[in-house]
Amino acid sequence: MTMTDTPTAMNRLGRLMVDRPLLPLIGLLILLVAVLAILNPGVLSMFWASNTLKIAIPLAMLAACQTMTMLTGGIDLSVGTAATIAAYLTATLAPLIGVPPAIAIALAAAILIGLVNGFGIAICRVHPLIMTLGTALIATGCLLVYQRYVIATGVLIPDFLLWLGTGRTLGLPNSLALFIPFAILVIWAQRRSGFGRLLYAIGANEAAARLSGVRVWQVHFTLYTLSSLIAGVTGLLYLGQIKTASLSLALPLDLPSVAAAVIGGTSIFGGRGGYGGTIVGALILTVLTSMLTLMQIPEGGRRILFGLIILAVTALFIRLTERN
Amino acid sequence: MPDAPSDAVLDATGVAKRFGAVQALRNASLQVKAGQVVALMGANGAGKSTFVKILTGVLKPDAGHVRIKGRDSTVVNPAGARKWGLVPVYQEPSLIPDLSVADNLRLGDTPMEPFRHWIGELGLPDLSSDALIRSLPLASLRIVDLARALALEPDVLLLDELTAALPTDLVDRVLKVVRAQADQGRSVIYVSHRFNEIAAICDRATVLRDGLTVGDVAIEPGIEERIVEMMLGGAVAAAVAEDRPAKPLPTAIPRLRVRSLKTGTRLTDVSFDLHKGEVLGVVALEGQGQDELFDVLAGNRRASAGTVEVDGAPKTFHHPADAIAAGLTLVPGDRAHALLMSRSVRENIAVPLLARIRTWGAIRMGDEAEKVGAAIETLQIDTRAQGEVRRLSGGNQQKVTIARWIAKGVQTLLLFDPTRGIDIRTKRQIYGLVRDLADQGAAVLFYTSELAEIRLACDRAVVIFNGRVVDIIDARDADEATLMRAAYGLTEKAPA
Repeated sequence: MTMTDTPTAMNRLGRLMVDRPLLPLIGLLILLVAVLAILNPGVLSMFWASNTLKIAIPLAMLAACQTMTMLTGGIDLSVGTAATIAAYLTATLAPLIGVPPAIAIALAAAILIGLVNGFGIAICRVHPLIMTLGTALIATGCLLVYQRYVIATGVLIPDFLLWLGTGRTLGLPNSLALFIPFAILVIWAQRRSGFGRLLYAIGANEAAARLSGVRVWQVHFTLYTLSSLIAGVTGLLYLGQIKTASLSLALPLDLPSVAAAVIGGTSIFGGRGGYGGTIVGALILTVLTSMLTLMQIPEGGRRILFGLIILAVTALFIRLTERN
Repeated sequence: MPDAPSDAVLDATGVAKRFGAVQALRNASLQVKAGQVVALMGANGAGKSTFVKILTGVLKPDAGHVRIKGRDSTVVNPAGARKWGLVPVYQEPSLIPDLSVADNLRLGDTPMEPFRHWIGELGLPDLSSDALIRSLPLASLRIVDLARALALEPDVLLLDELTAALPTDLVDRVLKVVRAQADQGRSVIYVSHRFNEIAAICDRATVLRDGLTVGDVAIEPGIEERIVEMMLGGAVAAAVAEDRPAKPLPTAIPRLRVRSLKTGTRLTDVSFDLHKGEVLGVVALEGQGQDELFDVLAGNRRASAGTVEVDGAPKTFHHPADAIAAGLTLVPGDRAHALLMSRSVRENIAVPLLARIRTWGAIRMGDEAEKVGAAIETLQIDTRAQGEVRRLSGGNQQKVTIARWIAKGVQTLLLFDPTRGIDIRTKRQIYGLVRDLADQGAAVLFYTSELAEIRLACDRAVVIFNGRVVDIIDARDADEATLMRAAYGLTEKAPA
């Protein structure tokens, strides 16, 4: 057994990452935290951890949409828009019609985006990238029209959203009360529900899934509707966290949500990956941002570094896992 | 070969290769001399595919070496292997579907003139160089692949299951051309399961079992039994070919009644009855409408005319799910169309159990494990590499595609050439399985490109020629000559 030379060690690391993809990701996360602690001694604290979690949760929830759509070989670039619209509608309608109806309308609007995506992707067979980008643009346009013609009397952010978004209990962010059940449900659904299995099946081989009796359009339609609903709920949480209603509230999270899923080991070609990795991916991205901010690098340099690190990590992971 | 250490053009010795836990090759060797056709044989999982990939430079061996004309070629890539004189023709066509024949040739730097010469020699002189690859039938693609390889004038030609998808007339031409290569002093490695072809053109056979070269024998009359023994290693050597008594056909309503079925240009008018407990063979040369027939019955394509009745009730299938609901389940000819290569054996087998919306919720894991486990047991699937189906051997992959329907519960099984390119032991298991299913009351429609299988597995055979049923033959009378004449439309009579 001469397993000590580098290629074999790389192979074994690659196999480990295929079989237990979470371990190396968690290792990377710990490494980043360690680097952060060395660069900024004393920065690590319960408050820091709680804050990082708080920031990572909306990202991780939007990344759930990407994970599920990417498992089928798709993508959902309208999640930021769906989240923003849900947040904006809630904040502006709540003073007019009360909180529960405002939230109902906000989530209905998010679901509508998903239904349009589902119709285009499942029935008209438009590529998910194009379809979701298109609906995102249209929906953003609609939001501008809404903002212009439906003059808001004021902005009201419901108290329970503020509690959820910014509050802490025993030092931990309250948003965990939403996120933990959500994450358990998503991970359970991916492993132990027929719907979850079909996401993998369609991503691995759509023709084979069809021949096995799967009506692929039903899965796609449900998936993109569900994705927008999750995005809408995330928008509400994000509203409580940011505490302002803006027309571009969650838009900056679109691409990081894709990055979180990719770093977490979900293949953009479908059929491989899972939400556990995505959660760690979202944490890695959040810690990385926090690290670059603390290092007091100017904004431009920070972005360049951020992009380079994402590329390097993803390239390394793909190289190691595809080797087998 | 003055400088070569041996007089072999290709000399592979001590080749070993491991994939994770699976030791695919332990000690494989192969010597091919100039002017020889050497058959490379081995049962399912013997390591043949891995050995072929190492010979052609696709994989690097963990140990051992491959020499072509005395030069070590174990470190080169496929392009390098080709430069040194070894040109492979793989089991699956390696042409780009969206490009024309001519563009594919340009990509591979293949000279056009010799290619046209060989295409003519191989029996397709009318093939247009502008034809898109995706518009050509599988058989033509194999011929294009072979002609392309021949045009490169290789010292060593490696043919991997080349004839598996070819109709008999093309097989004859291919064999003649391959033999002529050797007679001109070139070398050929011929990977095949077909003894009649090996007997016709090969000088020697190298036999692999469990990653070891277990024999290197000269081809002579009667060698088949010895080779089978070597491949099986003393296990399961008994032949399955026992004669079954003719079944009195039930007079009741047939499980599947097909009348005047038509679709596209190839399937023009097919009618037959398939009864419960019966295995009905389908015999046809390449492209006679059998692909379309199976597609229509599986709900993968619509019929333009004709009727399909299941248990007496007329059916129209708009989607495979409709056919499955009526009990018609397809094992397609191409495993790549059936399998989720990156998923586990269990997930592959369980897909039909989860396909309907009402099964989208919680999976009953115990129930699933039981059904999947029973199907794996029935088919004796080797589950050492069950994490990803792509790591299984071809025979085991084929078993997984069948196991899927065993787990779901078989009523009417549509098998499209299920033994194509798999080893003799798995083939025999599949014949046995098909008979068992029929005895348990299933109905099986069994298309095969190997005529000998009709007697081994079927009760009757419908022969399709030019999109129509030209004969229905009792399996006991279905010797290869009879089937062959019928398949060429020489004995046409009104369907019974």
